[in-house]
Amino acid sequence: MAMDRIGASGAIRGGGVVLARLSGVHKRYGKVQALRGVDLELRGGELLALLGPNGAGKTTAIALLLGLLRADSGTVELFGADPQDIAARRSIGVMLQDASLPPTLKVGELLRLAASYYPAPRGVVESAELAGVADLLQRPYAKLSGGQQRRVQFALALCGRPRLLFLDEPTVGMDLQARQKLWSAIRALVADGCAVVLTTHYLEEAEALASRVCVMAHGRIISEGSVDALRARVALKRVRCSSRLDVASVAAWPEVVEARMDGDRLWMSTAHAEALLRRLLAADDQLDALEVQAAGLAEAFTELTDAADSAAASQREAA
Amino acid sequence: MDATTMSAAVAMPRARIFGAYVEEARCEVLRYLRNPGFLLPIVLFPAVFYLMFGIALNHGNGEAARYMLASYSTFGVMAPGLFGFGVSLALERDSGLLTLKRALPMPPGAYLLGKMLMAMCVAATVGALLLAMSVFLAHAGLGPTQMLALLATDVLGVLPFCALGLLVGTLLKGQGAPGLLNMVYLPMAFLSGLWFPLQVMPKFLQQLAPLWPSYHLNALALSAVGLSDASRLPHVLVLAGFTLGFLLLAARRLRRNG
Repeated sequence: MAMDRIGASGAIRGGGVVLARLSGVHKRYGKVQALRGVDLELRGGELLALLGPNGAGKTTAIALLLGLLRADSGTVELFGADPQDIAARRSIGVMLQDASLPPTLKVGELLRLAASYYPAPRGVVESAELAGVADLLQRPYAKLSGGQQRRVQFALALCGRPRLLFLDEPTVGMDLQARQKLWSAIRALVADGCAVVLTTHYLEEAEALASRVCVMAHGRIISEGSVDALRARVALKRVRCSSRLDVASVAAWPEVVEARMDGDRLWMSTAHAEALLRRLLAADDQLDALEVQAAGLAEAFTELTDAADSAAASQREAA
Repeated sequence: MDATTMSAAVAMPRARIFGAYVEEARCEVLRYLRNPGFLLPIVLFPAVFYLMFGIALNHGNGEAARYMLASYSTFGVMAPGLFGFGVSLALERDSGLLTLKRALPMPPGAYLLGKMLMAMCVAATVGALLLAMSVFLAHAGLGPTQMLALLATDVLGVLPFCALGLLVGTLLKGQGAPGLLNMVYLPMAFLSGLWFPLQVMPKFLQQLAPLWPSYHLNALALSAVGLSDASRLPHVLVLAGFTLGFLLLAARRLRRNG
């Protein structure tokens, strides 16, 4: 338990035991090579965010770990066993992106059914409370709003006391408030020792939750590390200020990578923030409302996947 | 590897596995009881046919009434198997429900058994309704053993059609399934002599009839109501063979394609 908590806080990387693993996995659908040699480990107590543009191979990687697909080559392990072995899947919870549940069944009935698959599940009320759907137990699934349906699916995912939880785009279609509620429920589960794999389109979701981020593109893992480490891979900083200086002349400075007007503010990106600031302040003594920011996960992500795109393109040309 | 691999084959007590089967079947039955739009046509269609052709147009001929009771029972039993399995599987593959269930530790047998049980319940309802009509409206003069034999034939006879529905359900997804199933259902019923006796059909179609599972089920139904003395065993074996064959093909497709 103590180990789990250390792992959960991200203080000791790799301290958690390996719960699931892809090694050297290739998967092809017809002519499309979905995965080309993916190695991935999911460890106890961590929240891993799997990011990547559409078609990067995230869903295929998850489907392999859930035993929905078989790898063409390489090995897939879930708790040291084949994920197609039902005993291995008794320790996981699953929330898939587009699963529509039987519309006429009530929420309580759906929870009872899902819980019946597990050896020692949570009670129906406990699961519903954790997911914030305790007031919906008597309602038919079809009568719920989109956000409520997603929360019910989350309740189904956690009802079996999983040690590893797969969440595929869990907050799609949720408003901000619902999303933040779900985030805090996920954090509570992680604090309780449950490992989570999350795929998401929302970078702020990964930024808010993940202890480790894995970026995929073109069927490969192109970056792996903490959110901070990923951000740090992008050295650029953003500088904004209110100034009398002219954009064109600022853009010509050697420290500036890009300059433009953002509303009535001057906006610049730079690899040498300190030098740029000295020059700015010297050039305009009226300079006001100065802000300096590290690039966000979004920039890091764009830069990484752009690089992967051009690498893939040049590979195609060479071939 | 810097970390040890956790292995955890979680044991599941037998009683809980049985519980999963019960829950799955319970939910399957609840779903369809709450969706009368799906069930009512399956139950009422053969009853209305029997009422029109077997009762209203048949004036006091007990043997003809029994003959039509047998063939409309066969006709009525095909639908819950074909549609209950085929349509629901095709829809559930399309909606992602089956994918979710395959990812969850659901015992795969529970899914199939739940649907099978549901189809058997509907088949029993269809059969019982036709029997009640034959007793109270057609005065077909069936003895209690004959009635029980026909009902048992109905309930077990749905199984090969469940297997065929399962196979069709693996061939296509979503809304296309009902159309294809009708293309299987109605011609097969016609070619097996369920609407017109085979004797009045062209010789070629008569020779083809043993190819259709419904022909064999109808032979068993006729034997149950005392209109045939031929041995039942060959028909039972052929139906068992059909069931097994369809099941194996369907299981292979499901394993490969999900």
